Amino acid sequence: MAELEVNESTVDPGRRRFLTATCAVVGGIGAVFAAVPFVKSWQPSARAELAGAPVTIDISKLEPGQRLMLGSNVPQWRGQPIWIIRRTPDVLQTLPTLADQLRDASSENEDQQPEYARNEYRSIKPEILVLVGICTHLGCSPLFEGKLEPKPYDSEWKGGFFCPCHGSKFDMAGRVYKGVPAPYNLKVPPYMYLDDTTIVVGVNPDQAA
Amino acid sequence: MASNSRFSRVAASTGEWFNYRAGGMTTWWNRHAAQYYAPKNFNVWYYFGSLAMFVLVNQIVTGIWLTMNYKPSAAEAFASVEYIMRDVEWGWLIRYLHSTGASAFFAVIYLHMFRAMLYGSYQKPRELVWVLGMVIFLVSMAEGFFGYVLPWGQMSYWGAQVITSLFGAIPFVGEALVEFIRGDYLISDATLNRFFALHVVALPLVLLLLVYLHLMALHEVGSNNPEGVDIKKQIGADKVPLDGIPFHPYYTVKDSFGVAFFLILFAFIIFFEPTLGGWFLEHDNFTEANPLVTPEHIKPVWYFTPYYAMLRAIPDKLFGVVVMGAAVMILFLVPWLDRSPVRALRHRPLLAKLMLGLFALSFILLGWLGAVPPTDNKTLLAQVLTFYYFAFFIAMPFWSRIGPFGTVPDRVTYGH
Repeated sequence: MAELEVNESTVDPGRRRFLTATCAVVGGIGAVFAAVPFVKSWQPSARAELAGAPVTIDISKLEPGQRLMLGSNVPQWRGQPIWIIRRTPDVLQTLPTLADQLRDASSENEDQQPEYARNEYRSIKPEILVLVGICTHLGCSPLFEGKLEPKPYDSEWKGGFFCPCHGSKFDMAGRVYKGVPAPYNLKVPPYMYLDDTTIVVGVNPDQAA
Repeated sequence: MASNSRFSRVAASTGEWFNYRAGGMTTWWNRHAAQYYAPKNFNVWYYFGSLAMFVLVNQIVTGIWLTMNYKPSAAEAFASVEYIMRDVEWGWLIRYLHSTGASAFFAVIYLHMFRAMLYGSYQKPRELVWVLGMVIFLVSMAEGFFGYVLPWGQMSYWGAQVITSLFGAIPFVGEALVEFIRGDYLISDATLNRFFALHVVALPLVLLLLVYLHLMALHEVGSNNPEGVDIKKQIGADKVPLDGIPFHPYYTVKDSFGVAFFLILFAFIIFFEPTLGGWFLEHDNFTEANPLVTPEHIKPVWYFTPYYAMLRAIPDKLFGVVVMGAAVMILFLVPWLDRSPVRALRHRPLLAKLMLGLFALSFILLGWLGAVPPTDNKTLLAQVLTFYYFAFFIAMPFWSRIGPFGTVPDRVTYGH
């Protein structure tokens, strides 16, 4: 018969501390790995990723001055409104004249457009503009006001986008005006041309399969 | 062991901050962990209580994650489970943690209950602990049943059909009651929705409350042990039971080891055999529910099969249902049926050991019989085993009295 006695004088504090620390570290690492599936399962699922796949749009019927909205009459891209606009020559002419009224006229902010759309028209072909139609302020979808005509919010309106939520204004290249709440230009999604009248949204020209 | 590291100083001052404002927390911790004295001779059977709590936490966490993608509708449920299994990141693991966890929960609970029968843990003054535990068992059975319906596979559907039909055996009100439970004239979207509500909200809340009460009732009277020694009778100079050791850190550490060992087995099943050959998830449940076609062989999951075997063994509908219900309910009475003057089986005569051994064997055999298609011989065997199951309990006041009994020592000893 043996009695279990804990004798304080035989306790080795160094060894006890070492065991406590190593167990805590190993257990902690285990807990972190166990948390991985729970954190990662909040990521977009395979179905969501499939819905986010690139979409192909035929723009052959898009007349000058018109806008095509992804999501209304063509498949969505990542559930976001994507606008494709064929700009008229007089709109294109006014764009360079607006520079001093704009916050970021030369698209310095690299996050708001791919490198190939970082030009004065913010597009691959000057007349075709592709934009994510979400205001950079708080995420409303701005209104398309393409005509050069006086507006309640601007008597010398040069055409562009007006956000009804908080009054942000953007020109016909999606560039934000000074003095409005929106901080950045509207975003240009990655896109490429398959041919003259077919655009693929969601993929860069150099990633084409 | 004075430690002066910065970490321990910060920990101490944080502790003081809380203690000043909510001193009851320390009192609570001491009462239930740091100064809760448990017998020092707990053996391997004493892992299953803490393991049951561990698996319950696993069920709650993985269950919450499953509801993030599961659709409780007859039209979408099956597809949403397949979606979780195939498309959601790590969804397969979370789902298998939950479905295997359900089986693990019952395995652990059955072993935990058997532990109480081995060592007479339900005897005075621990009757309330046992009764609360039985209520937990009963609620868990309902929880397991509702959960199995949710994937809306063939076995979900027809299992729900059979189980709800059992209530139809009740005279006069039966048929109306079945309709009331289903919320429709058949198992349908309405049934699935209410089972979902009960499975994810109502019963888990009840279970958590019951587990808390079960523990509080235990800590009121103290834990039993494999010797059946009452450690509160031998108090030392420091007013602490001589054979008691504080639950924390001694048993928290020991139980962590138990959890680690359990996780090895658990992970092995999840990664290599998550359906356990159809025992944990039946093959028919990977086919979507079809109200027009019944699977060839309907059986519940393994943890219900002993009772299902009893139901099938009785050739009368109402009597079968009564027998099945009574088989569960009779367990509530065990503290009053057992008249043995000693608790632990090791101090009881060969007769008691034989009775309990045969009982365990008949329970396992009934579990097997409930899972295989019935034949005449198997039905006869199930009838014999059902008879023994009830005889074991009904005759317990007589056979448990018969000696000779060993002497229970005053102190916990480790005989070699």
